Amino acid sequence: MSIPSELKYTESHEWIRTEADGTLTIGITHHAQDALGDLVFIELPEVGRTLDAKEACVVLESVKAASDAYAPVAGEVIAVNASLADTPESLNSAPYEAWLFKLKPAAGASTAELLDAAGYAASIGAG
Amino acid sequence: MPKRTPLFESHRAMGAKLVDFGGWEMPLHYGSQIDEHHAVRKHAGMFDVSHMRAVEIEGVDAARFLRQLLANNIDKLVTPGRALYSCMLNAAAGVIDDLIVYYLTPTHFRLVVNAGTADKDIAWMRTQCEGFEIEITPRMDVAMVAVQGPEARRAVCAHLPEAALPAMLPFNSVTHGKYFIACTGYTGEDGFEIMLPAADADAFWQAMHAVGVKPCGLGARDTLRLESGMNLYGQDMNETTTPLESGLAWTVEMKSARDFIGKAALLANAQKMQLRGLVLKAPGVLRAHQRVVTASGFGEITSGSFAPTLNASIAFARIPAAVAVGDVVHAEVRGKALECKVVALPFIRRGQILV
Repeated sequence: MSIPSELKYTESHEWIRTEADGTLTIGITHHAQDALGDLVFIELPEVGRTLDAKEACVVLESVKAASDAYAPVAGEVIAVNASLADTPESLNSAPYEAWLFKLKPAAGASTAELLDAAGYAASIGAG
Repeated sequence: MPKRTPLFESHRAMGAKLVDFGGWEMPLHYGSQIDEHHAVRKHAGMFDVSHMRAVEIEGVDAARFLRQLLANNIDKLVTPGRALYSCMLNAAAGVIDDLIVYYLTPTHFRLVVNAGTADKDIAWMRTQCEGFEIEITPRMDVAMVAVQGPEARRAVCAHLPEAALPAMLPFNSVTHGKYFIACTGYTGEDGFEIMLPAADADAFWQAMHAVGVKPCGLGARDTLRLESGMNLYGQDMNETTTPLESGLAWTVEMKSARDFIGKAALLANAQKMQLRGLVLKAPGVLRAHQRVVTASGFGEITSGSFAPTLNASIAFARIPAAVAVGDVVHAEVRGKALECKVVALPFIRRGQILV
């Protein structure tokens, strides 16, 4: 099961990429999409919404059930992946390319506490 | 320790994602349940349904027993091999289970009941059989495979060329050597349900796979049956709901003078609720137990999902009897009231969209 080493992770199965400008891009892991099954509808947050760390902000509807995705750190939503409205299945086929939203971290928010690839692998029992 | 069917190792070898289903370790899917769904609508797919229980009812009073036990009337089965869908009711007309009954000989009928209710069903039958000369025998030695889809018939016929299958009409069956083959299913497509010795199950499964029949799991089975307007026991009806408020009035034979368990309760109570289809008109997915708001009062979704053939979310909902097909109602989905259209079931039959 693929867990790219350059990304950070949460125990709630989001991946986080820190961009050159300090903003964060967030998606769900391969393990998460595999557990959810075929995704059919994604409800994304409003751009401009302010989120607390670990706040539920995305609804992931698979054929099977609805699940939430969470903000990894506090911040403001600066972009969402609108193409998921037409191609929610891209989260299944390319989970590390099909991002959910981008976050501008709040002052003082840090990704230092997030899991690295080895830590995430251990948390899902894949270490 | 979960129960496993004779095909368990085949599922594992084919990469199935296995889940607990009523105490059985069964395939949910083999990769993508949406791909499996489309395979059944367009080509052919197969399901391991060995967890379902076959029960033999044999004896000189077999027909008389089933006339009283079942809400549908087995007198409709005029020739051997014919099959009938029926509910088995309690005295209050609640549904104990839904099942298929096959007429084999005047003294031998075969029932196929749901996995999760099988033990309860057999216990109920035994409490009702006093005064009838019959034997009730659960079959623990068989496997069952459903081969479904527009190309299913060709695949099964090629494997069993001597069997009388090419012209078999729905709700008929034939015994062919070790195989019992019925033209029934849970997908709304053409196809067969095949009962065979457990020891032969893997060879049959591999033979179907070799001619392109796609292995399908319980996930696709659920979306296929939902699109086809077929009830799931425990979800769309149970011991507290009658068949009339579960969209199953067509399976209750009330015209003849025959008495059956639950008939008096059905006659005594006016029908206040009905089961109808909903098509969601907004983005989102309908799910079981969401509340439905109508102009005539509240209702509840009993089964809901994303429908791959319709590319929309659909549901069954138990709603007040005064709501009409074509009305607009609202489902409460994660804090929002989403607009739905009330439709007659099924949504799809034989690959054709009807709503």
